[in-house]
Amino acid sequence: MSSPILQLTDVKTHFPINQGLIFRRHVGTVKAVDGVSLSVARGEVLGLVGESGCGKSTLARTIMQLVPTTAGTVVLEGRNLTTGSLQEVRDVRRDMQMVFQDPYASLNPRLTVFDTLAEPLRVHGVCPDAEIPARVGKLMERVGLAARFMQKYPHEFSGGQRQRIAIARALALEPKIIVADEPVSALDVSIQAQILNLLSKLCREMNLALIFIAHDLSVVKHISDRVAVMYLGKIVELGPATEVIERPQHPYTRALVSAIPTPNPDTERTRQRIVLPGDPPSPINPPAGCAFHPRCPHALDKCKSAVPPLVAGAEGRSVACVRFGEI
Amino acid sequence: MPLLSVSDLRTYFYTRNGVYRAVDGVSFDLERGETLGIVGESGSGKSVTCYSIMGLIPQPPGRIESGTAVFDGVDLLHCTPAQARSIRGKRVAMIFQDPMTSLNPYLRISDQLIEPLLIHEKISKADALRRGLAMLEAVGINDAARRINLYPHEFSGGMRQRVMIAMALITKPELLIADEPTTALDVTVQAQILELIKKMQQEIGMAVIFITHDLGVVSGLCDRVQVMYAGRIVETADTRTLFHQPKHPYTRALQRSIPALQAKGSELYTIRGLPPDLSKPLPGCAFAARCEFAVDRCRTGNVGLAPAAPGHAHACLRVQAGEI
Repeated sequence: MSSPILQLTDVKTHFPINQGLIFRRHVGTVKAVDGVSLSVARGEVLGLVGESGCGKSTLARTIMQLVPTTAGTVVLEGRNLTTGSLQEVRDVRRDMQMVFQDPYASLNPRLTVFDTLAEPLRVHGVCPDAEIPARVGKLMERVGLAARFMQKYPHEFSGGQRQRIAIARALALEPKIIVADEPVSALDVSIQAQILNLLSKLCREMNLALIFIAHDLSVVKHISDRVAVMYLGKIVELGPATEVIERPQHPYTRALVSAIPTPNPDTERTRQRIVLPGDPPSPINPPAGCAFHPRCPHALDKCKSAVPPLVAGAEGRSVACVRFGEI
Repeated sequence: MPLLSVSDLRTYFYTRNGVYRAVDGVSFDLERGETLGIVGESGSGKSVTCYSIMGLIPQPPGRIESGTAVFDGVDLLHCTPAQARSIRGKRVAMIFQDPMTSLNPYLRISDQLIEPLLIHEKISKADALRRGLAMLEAVGINDAARRINLYPHEFSGGMRQRVMIAMALITKPELLIADEPTTALDVTVQAQILELIKKMQQEIGMAVIFITHDLGVVSGLCDRVQVMYAGRIVETADTRTLFHQPKHPYTRALQRSIPALQAKGSELYTIRGLPPDLSKPLPGCAFAARCEFAVDRCRTGNVGLAPAAPGHAHACLRVQAGEI
């Protein structure tokens, strides 16, 4: 793996909870992202999984600097975004782009496809105005849309086609990294497969790094080189995709993998499923110690006091569990 | 005699942009105690089929053009409103996809939970509350005695879906229709809810129609599966046969386009093209435009479900002719 293009060090994103209409009292903190360290190599696809509320979308927004970082650093190719000025951050944005979950909400309904795709080119002065139509046409073909649809509006396209437009918009500035937040969750299976193939192809062809966020582990395993599993603002397991999903080490990852229904009636009826009790706890008052201990089938007393660090093991795997190796 | 027998159901929607044939000639039987999965992508008509049976289609714009849905001798589509009321909510119950919006935010859990009992049975409020509490405990809500007095917003998504299930099952229905009940939930919570539905089904002995787009959910839960495409049933078989010997090209394509957890393939199989526009007439097979095996007669011929083996039927002319 080459040198990392993106490096996160102990990133924290906390949101204050204020109450009262006039005297806004500070009554608590939502620790959406709480000490995440990660690196992404050039051309690498990193899958980020976790249940709703675990902070995966907030982490994506933190990387993009769409929400301010509370602590820690986000470094893209040696440029520190957390301390950078607005102008510096704006320049760096050329190199990182985002694709959102809902293609019905993330495109401006009043702009034609051409306007949507031409806007980033104009804002960043990438090419002379005369060349813009040709570039937009190329972009559309790159994501599998015919250039003759340039003057159409988003409502004239299906969900899968809109997601292609959103991907083309992200590619317009030839970024080095794309953060895709649940890009296929809103799509039907047959369309989902098309978009996954497109993203894989683009990453290969353009040597593009991709942070792929999803809650569907089979999708993540398919597209990712490495997978990070998040629980309540922290990464609990990190490693090569096949390893993590076929041989999960952290008790949470094990439960998550075992909870996925498989499309095979023979194995599905006989296999042992780990059904976790309860719901994920609130990130406002996370449990002390390991945040997973109230639901963990292997929890001991020591799990209730100390927060387990993410410890690197063999084969590029890291696990945040004090009982790692014994269970 | 089957518990529910639907035949030639057609539900159309009349909009400014034309007539949408959401359900276009659906027939199936459901035995007592059986679990039937209805699988399809969005717009395939799986929900509209069940909404039609339950009488939940807004009319207008919707209209049930033809068909019958005979539940234990009573045609739900052509009976008197009083007859329908005595069955709906008591002998046939339904749970919905989104537990966030299907509970009334203004009413305490207790009031919503016992409402079906108060309507359908001669029971005092105190007795109804006792049964409601027992039901909440049966669906696995901890501390039910206190929580029964709370409002829906004080419950998490998984707990609300448990309340919905308790509410549907409180009258001990003979048929439960579940419309994507776990789609809005996280996988670990989904596993809990699926276990709960299985457990309650064994206790009450009811039949279940389970609507989903997730073939994985179907494989562990259902006895029989029917696959819908563009308002029609394209294949129906018992679960094992459907997964191991799918016949219809659409069923096969659907299975091949799921990224499997066990194997990390290179390129995913994709179904070319888009689902058809239901406001245009679709002569022949609705899947023909996207099917890699389609020939001319697929686009014009009369395509109906034909049995391939006992309990296994599909609507593909070329498979029926033994060509593929």
